[in-house]
Amino acid sequence: MARMGRLASGGLALVLAGGALALVRRHRHRPPTAAPDPRPGRWQVVTVAGRPEEVLPPGRWPEPLRRLDGAVELSARPAPGGRGTELAARPLSGEPTLPGLAAHLVGDDPGRFLRQALREAKQLVETGEVLRADRSRLDRPGTAG
Amino acid sequence: MRALCWEGADTLAVRQVPDPELRNAQDMIVRVRRSVTCGADLPLLAGRVPHLAAGDVLGHEFLGDVVEVGPEVRRHRVADRVVVCAGIACGACWFCRQGLFACCDNGTTGTAGAEPEWGQPTGGCYGRPALLGGFAGSHAEFVRVPYADVGAFTVPDGVSDDRAVFASDAAPTGWMGAELGEVSPGDVVAVWGAGAVGQLTAAAARLRGADRVIVVDEHDERLRMVERHVGAEPLNYRYLDVPAELRERSGGRGPDVCVEAVGPAASPGLFAGRPGRRADGSPALREAVHSCRKGGTVVLLGTGTGFVDTFPLGAVLDKGLTVRGGRQHGQRWIPMLLERMARDELRTEHLATHRLPLERGAEGYALFRDRADGCVRAVFSP
Repeated sequence: MARMGRLASGGLALVLAGGALALVRRHRHRPPTAAPDPRPGRWQVVTVAGRPEEVLPPGRWPEPLRRLDGAVELSARPAPGGRGTELAARPLSGEPTLPGLAAHLVGDDPGRFLRQALREAKQLVETGEVLRADRSRLDRPGTAG
Repeated sequence: MRALCWEGADTLAVRQVPDPELRNAQDMIVRVRRSVTCGADLPLLAGRVPHLAAGDVLGHEFLGDVVEVGPEVRRHRVADRVVVCAGIACGACWFCRQGLFACCDNGTTGTAGAEPEWGQPTGGCYGRPALLGGFAGSHAEFVRVPYADVGAFTVPDGVSDDRAVFASDAAPTGWMGAELGEVSPGDVVAVWGAGAVGQLTAAAARLRGADRVIVVDEHDERLRMVERHVGAEPLNYRYLDVPAELRERSGGRGPDVCVEAVGPAASPGLFAGRPGRRADGSPALREAVHSCRKGGTVVLLGTGTGFVDTFPLGAVLDKGLTVRGGRQHGQRWIPMLLERMARDELRTEHLATHRLPLERGAEGYALFRDRADGCVRAVFSP
């Protein structure tokens, strides 16, 4: 198990890929755009208030990312300014098409799915649970009204 | 339970809906004693916010009694009388640790709405569409309160419901206006809007030692409130030239701090300005930028601002202005505001101009929306 350390801009980084080490090139930041993402297999990243070893413990992927083991690669490195850990995920091949169960889970928008999974992993570390919405009347058969 | 539900554009009705339930270990359930109309509800009421569905419960500014607590709730017990911050925040993410609770990363379950519009999802709020939050509103008999230890505050015994309920949203928003403007002794402060937020911004500026506080509005009854309850100077823009008056009352300099607290009533909607839609001109904001002294600060508090065009950006550059804005970080200020309420330094009950049972909720919103019958805020008692 290896974890990304602090890197110079545009440098190379070690990342965890389905349990194995892989060498990937860091991508320069691009401004947000309303147009369809031309690189749907890009890294999705959240900053988590915790140390890298808490966010991505050795030998164990955090929930709910664990179910994507083998389909995505993860990286974790310290965030600047003491903000915690930058936790990143992307489809393993760098392509949006995923195999089997992962494809079913990811659907047509792997970036959005991964962002949601990363958000939930972040919530588990930061608050201990994933915030759940109120259930609607339709979700609660047999309730009054 | 009974709840005030949105049924369609400008249509509300009290319906039977399922009681709320504990969904997370840090939740609690509150029986609502008071729940207040807010200007931020008006775009929802008018049907101008995407994703709102018939049956959604409105309301986010409330106070009540704790009736059930989750296993991880530590600060509250059943029967506590609490005021609940309108914004939902976890208290644990980096933003919360900086005191930026309205920017919480973990305060909402629905990111689909905010992400494309603002770049990142922001904190949660009660009474918003599921895709913009996921939490039912407070115009109901009961409300589920997520992150209860972070967002709910026990009300001191000597503070009435009608006073304390404004600590949920209007009072912290007003306090934030003065704080973002860094109002200091000797300052001249101008506030656009004499609704609850504008009045409480003016009150906060007074408490922070401002020398002159001037409130701009068109409704004489609201401006009389400003004089009587806040001790600020009224300025009715229907009769007076606002920039000229402000220059005269500030020694020709212009106010040090200008706060826009007009709210969404003057805006065509949160999502106007998107491609194919008309953008608003926001005359109050333009006037604030125009009037502010060189090197001064302009603060935006009116929620639902959306997309604004014809903004005098050149004045920001040439006059060296600071422009700030935000949704209130109430978790940061509510304890202090309750203490000030208990000491009688901050009085808010006059803002509750109309006290109505929940069954008259539609009537209360109509009064509030139309500024009819001197309505500043309608307060519902379920």
